[in-house]
Amino acid sequence: MRVELDEPKCVASGQCVLTAPEVFDQRDDDGVAILLTEHPAPELLDGVREAVAVCPAAAIRLADR
Amino acid sequence: MRRIVVVGASAAGLTAAETLRREGFDGTVTLVGDEPHAPYDRPPLSKQLLAGAWPPERLALRPPADLAALDLDTRLGVAATRLDLPGRAVELADGERLPYDGLILATGVRPRRLPGEGAHVLRTLDDALTLRAGLGPGRRLVVVGAGFLGSEVASVARRSGAHVTLLEPAGVPLAHAVGRRVGEVLSEAHREHGVDLRVGVPVAAVTEDGVRLADGAEFEADEVLVAIGSLPNTEWLADSGLTVLDGVVCDAYCAAAPDVYAAGDVARWHNPLFDASMRIEHRGNAAEQGMAAARNLLADPAARRPFAPVPSFWSDQYDARIQAYGHLRGHQAVAIVEGDLAARRFVAAYRAGDRLVGALAVGMPPKAVRRWRRSVAARAAWTDALAAVS
Repeated sequence: MRVELDEPKCVASGQCVLTAPEVFDQRDDDGVAILLTEHPAPELLDGVREAVAVCPAAAIRLADR
Repeated sequence: MRRIVVVGASAAGLTAAETLRREGFDGTVTLVGDEPHAPYDRPPLSKQLLAGAWPPERLALRPPADLAALDLDTRLGVAATRLDLPGRAVELADGERLPYDGLILATGVRPRRLPGEGAHVLRTLDDALTLRAGLGPGRRLVVVGAGFLGSEVASVARRSGAHVTLLEPAGVPLAHAVGRRVGEVLSEAHREHGVDLRVGVPVAAVTEDGVRLADGAEFEADEVLVAIGSLPNTEWLADSGLTVLDGVVCDAYCAAAPDVYAAGDVARWHNPLFDASMRIEHRGNAAEQGMAAARNLLADPAARRPFAPVPSFWSDQYDARIQAYGHLRGHQAVAIVEGDLAARRFVAAYRAGDRLVGALAVGMPPKAVRRWRRSVAARAAWTDALAAVS
């Protein structure tokens, strides 16, 4: 599974960091999300799915490949 | 439970449907939406879409393949017209009757309007495209209501070269939501960017040539946007037996009746974190509450969890981003705890009783606001929260 971040859509809410801190961080200056790993370990995927769901900008996607 | 109907195909409804699948529900999920479009995101309507920076396709909440993978029974372009609660069925405008074992209500809100014809409102994609066609250099736009929506549109319209007049009935825009001082700072941004902001000016009606003010004076415009708040879409539930009182009234689990839950803009529920009844029209809440409602619908009664979020929202106005966390409405005091109000870079903290109930940042790094969110979530005492920064 691969995490996709549509950076221009990000509104810097930080919800992904609260939900899956092992996979996401925020830039210091503008708070835009940073993807720490495109291919998180399987045990982190539930957190990523949660982040996809709560992202208020629909900026995160979990793709099959 | 084999058949779940979700009424409302925007952020709350779609997230609820996704959550049902993610939690392993493999029965029928019917998603009903009154707009013809596949689920799309609304916040960009008054921002990137209105500015012409993004095409409508960019607003899709999920790519078509991801939607297809949910295996939903999707009914778009058809409104729900009646709920038969004892008979466990939803009736649609096309005459169909959808039986259900579980139901999620996410019908959202619609704009309040003024008497008279011909004004824009801004809620749907079609609304935004129509308004966009009326903006541009030299166009005269009157925006009625200087709330977040009206302010965002004023900001985008100025960038398009339109002349913008912003008419606000209150003395200070947004004062009820963010306090007088913050409201005044946001007002200054309008004036600096060439918006003719007039406060204490109630508008009575839309006319052929513009608007008529409450004092009878006429005000000419090429385009009028009415942005004076929203009304929950609950008329179709009037004879259902559900309690409707400025929204579908729910308990702390977002339940309106056994096996009937509500989420998003239409839901009024008891938030235990603030021990308050609230109905929240924020995009983030739509997703979080959609998830909570779906999970509680599937859960054993004893395993259900109260929905106790820290609400949050953001707004883009001119060059500044506003970010807020908590329940600011009904606050009793505001303190500027970081930065400089006059420079439009600051964090404001909000008190109700002896508690920190919210924080709002303008032009600050979002990370700086996060610890305030944490303090709100931890029900921090006001004095403790302020002592931590002094």
